[in-house]
Amino acid sequence: MTELDGNSLAGDLAEIFARDMTAARFTCGGCRHTGAVATLRVWTPAPGVVARCPRCGDVLLRLVHTGGSVLLTLGTTRLEVPR
Amino acid sequence: MVRAALPGRLSWQAATVSAVREETPSARTLILDIPDWSGHLPGQHLDLRLTAEDGYSAQRSYSIASDWPGDGPVEITIQRLDDGEVSPYLTDVVQAGDQIELRGPIGGWFVWRAAQPVPVLLVAGGSGIVPLMSMIRDRGRRRARQPFRLIYSVRTPQDACYADELRRRVRDDPGLDVHFVYTRKAPDGWPAPPKRIDVATLNSHGWPPDFAPDVFVCGPTAFVETAADILVALGHDPKKVRTERFGGK
Amino acid sequence: MGIISRGFGGRRRDSAPDLPPGQYLTHDFPVLSAGPTPRVPLDRWKLTVATETGEKHTWDWEQFTALPSEEITRDIHCVTKWSKLGTTWRGVSLDTLFEDVETAADYVMAHSYGGYTTNLPFEDLLDGKAWIAYEFDGEPLHPEHGGPARLLVPHLYFWKSAKWVNGLEMLVEDEPGFWEAAGYHMYGDPWSEQRYQGD
Repeated sequence: MTELDGNSLAGDLAEIFARDMTAARFTCGGCRHTGAVATLRVWTPAPGVVARCPRCGDVLLRLVHTGGSVLLTLGTTRLEVPR
Repeated sequence: MVRAALPGRLSWQAATVSAVREETPSARTLILDIPDWSGHLPGQHLDLRLTAEDGYSAQRSYSIASDWPGDGPVEITIQRLDDGEVSPYLTDVVQAGDQIELRGPIGGWFVWRAAQPVPVLLVAGGSGIVPLMSMIRDRGRRRARQPFRLIYSVRTPQDACYADELRRRVRDDPGLDVHFVYTRKAPDGWPAPPKRIDVATLNSHGWPPDFAPDVFVCGPTAFVETAADILVALGHDPKKVRTERFGGK
Repeated sequence: MGIISRGFGGRRRDSAPDLPPGQYLTHDFPVLSAGPTPRVPLDRWKLTVATETGEKHTWDWEQFTALPSEEITRDIHCVTKWSKLGTTWRGVSLDTLFEDVETAADYVMAHSYGGYTTNLPFEDLLDGKAWIAYEFDGEPLHPEHGGPARLLVPHLYFWKSAKWVNGLEMLVEDEPGFWEAAGYHMYGDPWSEQRYQGD
C-alpha cells in the first residue's frame, strides 16, 4: 500500500487525454477545494488507482485497467477508453 | 516497420540500455537510447514496463535525471527498494544491451521552466534528488541566471547520488548552492549531529519567502509533507511549493 | 508489443493446480487499499444492519463479540491475481447476524468506515458462506487487513470482503459499490474469472 500523489497519474491520464493532465486544476465536489491534479492523493495498488482530494479525502477519480481498455470514473461518470 | 505515432499520443516503445552507472551502493543510473524521443523538460518522468516470460508484467514511473540538450541518451536513476518488485531488477539484473519498454516523457506540473525568472529552492529526500538533478543540469547547460539552492537529505554520505558532480558544479558555478542534511550518520568533522530536515535547515539554507522562489520538494511521502508544511509555515505561498511523493520508504 | 525483459521474474509467485484461472499463489498477505486506513476505537465501533423498510439492528463491539463465533479456514482470491490458501479467521457467521432480521430484499450493500462500499447478492451471504471476521491467524485483525472487523466472503474475489465493515444495507435492486461503479464485475466469481464488467 503506497500513498503517492497526482504526479503518478501523468502516464495513465496522458494515455486518455493525449496531453499532460497533472497541471490541470480540479475542484473537489465535496469541499470545493481546488488545486493541480498533481496534488491529489493517490492510492495504489488497489484493484485500481484512487485519487482523493488532499483536503477532505473525497474520491475524485478512479482508474481501472482491464485487458482491453482503461476505465476512468470521475464522480459517478465513467469513461471507457479502448487501449 | 515504420510506425507513425499519432501526434500527442503517448505510445510504448522499446529503448536500449546503452550503459549503466553505479551512483551509490543502492542506486544505479540506466543510460537509455530511445529511438523516438520528443525531448523532455526537467522534472518529467517516464513509465517503464517489464514483462516476464509468462506474460506477467509490472509498470513503474521513474523520474528522468538527465537534461535534454536536443539529442542523445536519456538517464534515469533507480534506488533499490529491498522489498520492491521492479527496482531490484533494474539495479541488479539489467545490463548494457538489454531492451526495456517505456513511454514518455510525462508530467507537466512538477517541471522547472527556464523562462521563469525567480530563484529556485530544491528540497530532496533520498532518491527524490533525481528530478531535481535534471533541473540543476538543465540550468547548468543553459547557463541560466536564476540562482538555485538545493537542500539534500540523505541517511549517510555514502547514500548521496551525484556527489562528485554536485561538488564540481558548486565549485564552478556561484549561482548554485548545495546543503546536505544527514539523518543517520554525518561525515567526520560535520558541524552538526545527524538530524531530520527542520525549520532551521529550511530557514537558513532556503530562500526567504519574500523572494517568492519556485520551490520543488521531492522524496518519500512523510519527508515531502514535513518539508512542505515547514515551508508554508515559514511564509512560502503554498501555490509556489510543488511536491512529488515517491513510493517506498 | 510486449517485449520480454530478460531475467525479469516479478514478485515470486507459484502456480498451483487448484487455483482459479489467472491466479498466482502468494505466501505473504498483500495490503491493498483505496484510501487511508481508518482507525476505529472499539468503544466507538458499531455494526448496523438496515433493512429495506428502514428497520435497523445495531451491535456495539461488546454485543457483537458476544455472539457465537466460529473458526473459518478458506482460500482467498484477490482480483489483482494473488491467491492465498488456507487462511484462518474467527468471526460471526452472517446466518447468526441475520437470525432476527426480517427482510425480503435480494441484495446487500456493505458499507465501511472510510466510505468504501461493495454490493453482493443476499443469498451469497447466507448458509455458511460469509462472516464478519475479527481475528486472523489467532490475532485481532490488524487495521491494515480490515480490523477491527471485516466482511469475509471467500468464494468471491476479495474486494467483496469489505475491510472495516460497519454496515449492511438491504437493497431490493442491485446497485454497484465502489469498485463495481468503476468497472469491476457486479458479482466477482473467481472461478469464472469475473473481474471486470462484461467478463
